Order: sequence, then structure tokens, then C-alpha cells
Amino acid sequence: MEQMAIVDGLRAAFPDEILHSYTNQGQTAVVVRPGRIVDMLRWLRDTDTIRMNHLRSLCGVDNVRRKESGLSRFEVVYNLYSIPLRHEIRVRAEVGDKEPAIDSVVELWAGANWLERETYDLLGIRFNNHPDLRRVLMPDDWVGHPLRKDYPLRGREEWAGMTELLAKVQELDRFGFDPEGHAHSQAIPDEEDEE
Amino acid sequence: MTRPITKSMDIPVADGEGERYSLRMGPQHPATHGVLRVDLELDGETIVECTPQVGYLHRGFEKLAENKTYAQALILTDRLDYIAAMANNVGYCVAVERLLDISVPLRAKYIRTIVAEMSRICSHLLWLATHALDIGAMTVFLYCFREREILLDLFEELCGARLTFSYPRIGGVRQDVTARFIDGLQRFLDIFPSKIEEYETLIDTNRIWLKRTVGIGKVSGEEALALGLTGACLRGSGVDYDVRKHQPYDAYALVDFEVPLGSDGDIYARYRCRMEELHQSARIIQQCIDQLPPGPIAGPDAPDLVMPNKVPARIEAGTNVYGTGLIKLVRDRNLYISGDVYVATEVPKGELGFYFISDGNNRPYRMHIRSPSFIHIGALAAIARGELIADLIANIGSLDVVLGESDR
Repeated sequence: MEQMAIVDGLRAAFPDEILHSYTNQGQTAVVVRPGRIVDMLRWLRDTDTIRMNHLRSLCGVDNVRRKESGLSRFEVVYNLYSIPLRHEIRVRAEVGDKEPAIDSVVELWAGANWLERETYDLLGIRFNNHPDLRRVLMPDDWVGHPLRKDYPLRGREEWAGMTELLAKVQELDRFGFDPEGHAHSQAIPDEEDEE
Repeated sequence: MTRPITKSMDIPVADGEGERYSLRMGPQHPATHGVLRVDLELDGETIVECTPQVGYLHRGFEKLAENKTYAQALILTDRLDYIAAMANNVGYCVAVERLLDISVPLRAKYIRTIVAEMSRICSHLLWLATHALDIGAMTVFLYCFREREILLDLFEELCGARLTFSYPRIGGVRQDVTARFIDGLQRFLDIFPSKIEEYETLIDTNRIWLKRTVGIGKVSGEEALALGLTGACLRGSGVDYDVRKHQPYDAYALVDFEVPLGSDGDIYARYRCRMEELHQSARIIQQCIDQLPPGPIAGPDAPDLVMPNKVPARIEAGTNVYGTGLIKLVRDRNLYISGDVYVATEVPKGELGFYFISDGNNRPYRMHIRSPSFIHIGALAAIARGELIADLIANIGSLDVVLGESDR
């Protein structure tokens, strides 16, 4: 099926949700409102002529420095592919600025679980009804979301866990524990001497 | 007089009922193939709950790539799946070429197909070696490394590196193949089928191997699709999905090969798929060598390094290579197009996808890497639940994960 025909079908089924669509390098994308994203993706997955059964990727984007105008601050991008019918489509769901959140699609694809966790971890977009929304790549006590455009490349400060870790190493060092393995080498008597 | 041991020692004995305990496997466990931690909730030896924890190797490639030019970000992809770095490089280049509309000459396409398939063989050999080692088949290990060594030597002959290559470049490849390389590769292809037979003789019908793999880690086709499994893990469950066939890139449309499919979706089916893929990869390389057309190895608008024809005889230690004129970075080409594109390639682990957003700048605005290993580890909990803890090792091996790719 032609990609534009899929978009037309989606537009007919969800007339209020579709904002616009475009084609770039032979790939068609459709920009939608976030409210009924689960219904839309379910429709794309279950309609007989479309059958988008493979969620190729799910990721978030921070649009704050993008040159294009009229974009919302965040968006979640779903790349779908139909293995039996061999066609693809991209769905871009706009997510607002303040407390960005969108419904989870884990009920449609169990594999979306970790992808949504990653998006939450790195961009701070929350997923409603997600079974286990925790950080996945960054430490649990990390402050901030690194892939946001206002997050500096080098980070703001040392990770809190690092100072704790160094303090622990210093404490252990009192008992002769040496992570570098050479500071106490002179203090260890030769085995022959002992004998 | 001897006392019964059980009375003197206060060790709880799990009788299969009510003896729940938790166990942390990793992050420095030899069978997790990298720094992966699995928090297990066990009932006797049965896994009740399994929670994989990743992120130990998170280096922030997606953030880094936003601050590098397209040509510079190529070296990051080497460090994704470091066992098949060449396939990652190719995947990245294919994606950027699609994004920026850069043409690739046919010879370069063939060379990239050759190196990507060599990389697949390398990866599958390492997978077979370590997976077999994990579940007790020691002998295969060194046999696999023997053949992998030949391929690594060939890579070294081709580009000077054995692990992180950065050999493909956007719009082509960095250097042309030499006759010596082709000769070596041909010699490898001549002996390789007999070597695959050798591995198969060792384990294919081995009773212990069968007991450890048949019927273990079963995933149905629908489940595998829902979990997002790709590559041999999906094909082992009988779903015919291979990006090389579905959306051919490079020279895959011009060569003849088959996509091996399993039906049972267990560890043995995934193993058989990968073994068949070794044959198919060798077949693809053979066709590429036979058909290799003459011509340039990089397109005219490749936004990348320019190598000089004359190399200085001697470079002093410590000099900046950019100052010697050895390498020139071409910066200001007006070829950056705005838009977004998702391009997938079939790497040994599964579907590696790059989602790029370009802002008309020479750096990607956003680069998302859809890494198969990340999704496969995410699926581990669903696959391992209810099985024995010993089979968890077999499952991790069979999903073929590389933590560098998972954590990015």
C-alpha cells in the first residue's frame, strides 16, 4: 500500500487527531496529537490492509532548538513497519512543554517497555500507564535528562554517587585496600623473609 | 561416630515450595557477555522474576553525535557493537547517505557488502564460541577463534585495524581493496564451509547440547514480534524478516541468498539459523568477489576525509596529523538537507536502525540508535521467566547481546 494512502486512511479514521503529513526521502511521516495515540497505533496495527506489526523504533525528540517553526517542545516518534505487507510509516506525536506525558503503548508491543523507559530516562517524557517507568541507562538517582537540548554536553557536576564511591575507597584505604595496587607494595614483607 | 551433616549445618534447603530468595548475577559475570546485571528472584532453581539492569557502558553516543559532524560521528558507531564494528559503520553510512542524498559508486557498495558479511561471520563465530562455552561445550571455542583470526587478519590487511575499523565512509569506502586481500578472502572462502561442518560435527547432534537447547527459551512468532526481537531471534521463531531482503541496501539486491528460518523458536532454532547464516554470508561474499566491478570507491560528494595520494615517507612522533597535510577535513560543502529519516540495516545481532533528524546543519540535530541488543535484553525477562537459572545463561547467550550496543 502506498504510504500516502495509509495516511489518508488514518486521517479518515481519526479526523481530529492528524495535524499534517509530509514525505522526505521516500518516507512518509504523519504528525499527530498525543491524546489518542494508543488508538491510532492499534488501528495501524490491526487494520487488515495496513498491519503495522513491527515497532521498529520509539524515541523522543527535544525540538527547542529546531529551526522549523510551529513545533511543540517535545515529540515522541514511532517508526512502524509491516512485515507481511512490506510498507512503513512514521508517526510523530507532539508532546507539550510542561510535564510532557503521553500514553504508553506497552499494551500493543511489549517491547516498547524499555524504549519508553529510555525515552523517559534521557528526555524526561512520562508515559502514562507504563508498568515500570524507571531510569534504564542513567543511575537511578541521576538529576536531569541528558538528551534535552538545555542539558550541557559535559554535564553540570560530578555524579553524587561518584563522591560517595571515592569516600568509600578512602575509607577502605585505611585498612590497606588500594585500588591502584602499588602504594602499599613496600610495606608487604617478602615471603622469603617470613620463612 | 559421625553425625548427619544436615543437623550440624544451618543451611535452608529449597524444596521447590516457599523458599524464595533473590540473587544478583553480574555485573562482572563471565556469561553475561559484558557488564550486564540480572537481578533474580528465585524459587529453588526456578526464576520467578528476572530484572536485567543495563547502563554500565552508557557513554552517551546520541548526545555526543549531536555535537559532532556526520563524518566525525562515524567513529562512535565502531564502539556500539565492537564485535561487528564494520557492520555498524556500514549501517551508519547507509543511513547518512539516505538522509543527505549522497550517491555511492557500485564498487564501494560491493566492497561494503563484503566487509559487512565478513563482519557477520566474525560476530557469529564469536557468538558460537562463547555461547557454546557458556553451556559447557569447550572444544568449539578455539575452533571458532581460529577462523575468526583469519578474518581479523584480512581486516588488518584492508584498513590497518582489527577491532574498530571506521573503514566505510559516507559515500563509499576509505581505501580500495588489494589483490592480496581478495586472494586471502578467496582462500578463506574455500576452506570455510568445511570448517562450519567441523563445528556442526562437534555440537549439532551432541546429546548434552540438545538437552541444553531444545525446547528452552521458547518464543512464539507473535511474541517475538511484540517484544521487538529481530535478526536470528525473530527468524528462529519462523517470522521471515530480514532487512537485507525487505529493504535492500548496498549490493544486497544484486546478489542471491536465502534467509534461513526456524520454526520452534527455541535456543536450538536460533542456533541453527545462525549456522545457516554463516553459509549464506560466505555465499554473498563469493558472489561479490566474482562480480566486483571496477570504478571509484567514493562518490564525488562524500563529506569526509580526503586522503592524499602522496604519503610522507616519515612522520615524526607527536606531530598533529592534520598539520602534515596527510588528512584534510572537508568542512564547508553545501549539501546538508533538512528532514528526518529512519534507515535500518541488518547487522549480525538484528535490525540496527538510525533515526536522524537534520536541521540543515553539518551535525545531526538528533540521532537515535535503535540497537537490537537493548531490545533483546529488554525481552530477556519475558523469555527467562519460569525457566531454570542454568537456562538463563543459555538464554542470554542465545539472544546474542553486546552491551556496548545496548548501552550506547
